[in-house]
Amino acid sequence: MNLLQIERLTKCFGTTSVLRDLSFTVEVGKQVALWGPNGAGKTTLLRCILGLLPFKGTIRLDGYDVRQQGKTVRRLIGFVPQEVAFYPTLNVGETVAFFACLRGLDFRIARPILEQVGLADRIHQPTRTLSGGQRQRLALALALLGDPLLLLLDEPTASLDMHSRSEFLTYLESLKQQGKTLIFSTHRFEEIEQLAGRVLFLENGRLEADTTPALLKKRLFQAAQHACLRLQLPAVQHAKALQTLQAKGFDACINSHGLEVRVPRDRKALPLLLLDRAGFEIIDFELHA
Amino acid sequence: MRKAMLSSPSLAPEIVGLLARKELHDALRNRWFMLYTLVFTLLTLVLSWMGLASGQRYGLVGFGRTTASLINLVMLVVPLMGLTLGALSLAIEREQGTLLYVLAQPITAAEVLLGKLLGLAMALTATLSIGFGLSGLLLAWQGSTVGVGAFIGLLGLSILLSIFSLSLGLLFSGALPRTAAALGSALFAWLLLVFLGDLGLLGSVLVLHMPIEQLFVLSLLNPLQVFKFTAILLLQGDLQVLGPAGQYAMHTYGWHLLPLSIGLLGLWAFLPLLPAYLFFRQRGAL
Repeated sequence: MNLLQIERLTKCFGTTSVLRDLSFTVEVGKQVALWGPNGAGKTTLLRCILGLLPFKGTIRLDGYDVRQQGKTVRRLIGFVPQEVAFYPTLNVGETVAFFACLRGLDFRIARPILEQVGLADRIHQPTRTLSGGQRQRLALALALLGDPLLLLLDEPTASLDMHSRSEFLTYLESLKQQGKTLIFSTHRFEEIEQLAGRVLFLENGRLEADTTPALLKKRLFQAAQHACLRLQLPAVQHAKALQTLQAKGFDACINSHGLEVRVPRDRKALPLLLLDRAGFEIIDFELHA
Repeated sequence: MRKAMLSSPSLAPEIVGLLARKELHDALRNRWFMLYTLVFTLLTLVLSWMGLASGQRYGLVGFGRTTASLINLVMLVVPLMGLTLGALSLAIEREQGTLLYVLAQPITAAEVLLGKLLGLAMALTATLSIGFGLSGLLLAWQGSTVGVGAFIGLLGLSILLSIFSLSLGLLFSGALPRTAAALGSALFAWLLLVFLGDLGLLGSVLVLHMPIEQLFVLSLLNPLQVFKFTAILLLQGDLQVLGPAGQYAMHTYGWHLLPLSIGLLGLWAFLPLLPAYLFFRQRGAL
């Protein structure tokens, strides 16, 4: 049974087309990933489904027209944006109570919903003092208010560190097990493999592929000779570790994720061995396509 | 059955009330709001004290002198308070990202706009009530009771003026993408309404040799002028003090003038809401 039906969706900002003639459906209980480079139209698509942007074409959720019945549609959707901004004047409990009341729910729902995401002990804490991971978990709690039919998540782990990301993905994994319908955008292929049964590959606002994670991986990465290794070390060791790797001929850099090294597919562990032997403290690592 | 339960009105009073309470909660913690309340209260107390001091010298004690002084204070300060608070409200939330999150909930742009207006209007009513209340207590403590009706009436008119200023501020906030642009436009509108409007009117009369009736109609285009002559009507019962235009208005409309002018100010109070809604619905959280 189709929960979401999108027909000939087109969205332009001025003369720039951001979404071009998209048509697809999503069935109840399925987890769908939106994948594509920056500017592909993933966020715009999610905002159109929420009825936050005017668009051409038709979007229907559970039979309701987003353009005509936007308020009703939004009652059926839980949304987690990429970077959540909460009201700085409210604490965690007040925030949940406020958004519960906006959805016509009892404000006493705050405690059980916070227990669900492991934030019950933070109920009196001001939202401005929450860590990035806690904020995303609070956003997930708010998205789950009223048990919506569809969860939309816009790069929900983009601003999280490795630990928080892994923790957040565990919550999403449990929602997947419960059969919740999810549509999420991401840049990380491992998240797609972990959560999604279907991938919509967007590029320049067009739906380039509607496929499975396995097939997309085959199509995109078969020919790739290199992978990206992200290393987490104590910040004070970053510069020296970078020098060590570059001296050995590796293409490496420091960015917000830590130390990132381009490694040949058949020698992925080499930087780990080199740094370990040189006495660096490797806290964690991730491998990306 | 489920579909019937899910259908939502586009303007639900409980949602507007919830957003208004949230706005009031935030306004009472806003340092601009605190500063405005403090300044307005201090100025009303100073004006009341000065009115009392000069009145007692001539054996006069009453609300009338203070009410007359407060008209100018309200015309200067209340539009500034309303315009800036209104202009900041949506624009700041848009920049912070909270507006996107709120609009992703089952609510409409009209509910957000009305909730904000109601909440901010309650906050400004509290500011005005504190200023007028303390001033009234000071006058009553000195034994004045004469002219108390006009004094309370001025409070009512000031509330209407604050709603107009908030609505206009919300128009800038809803239409412009950046806080700085919304705030700049609000300050320019304040300047236009308070100072340049008067000068423009005066200049037009001199240059165009405008007849009295046209001058009167033109003055109605500035809600601050409407506030001024309504307040004077409340205080004195006629508009002689405004010269030929005032005499023309009294002669033409007679005793209808007061209810008409209150109605006009009420209309002005909510008029900017329509374009504010249209712009806000179009721009949304972006």
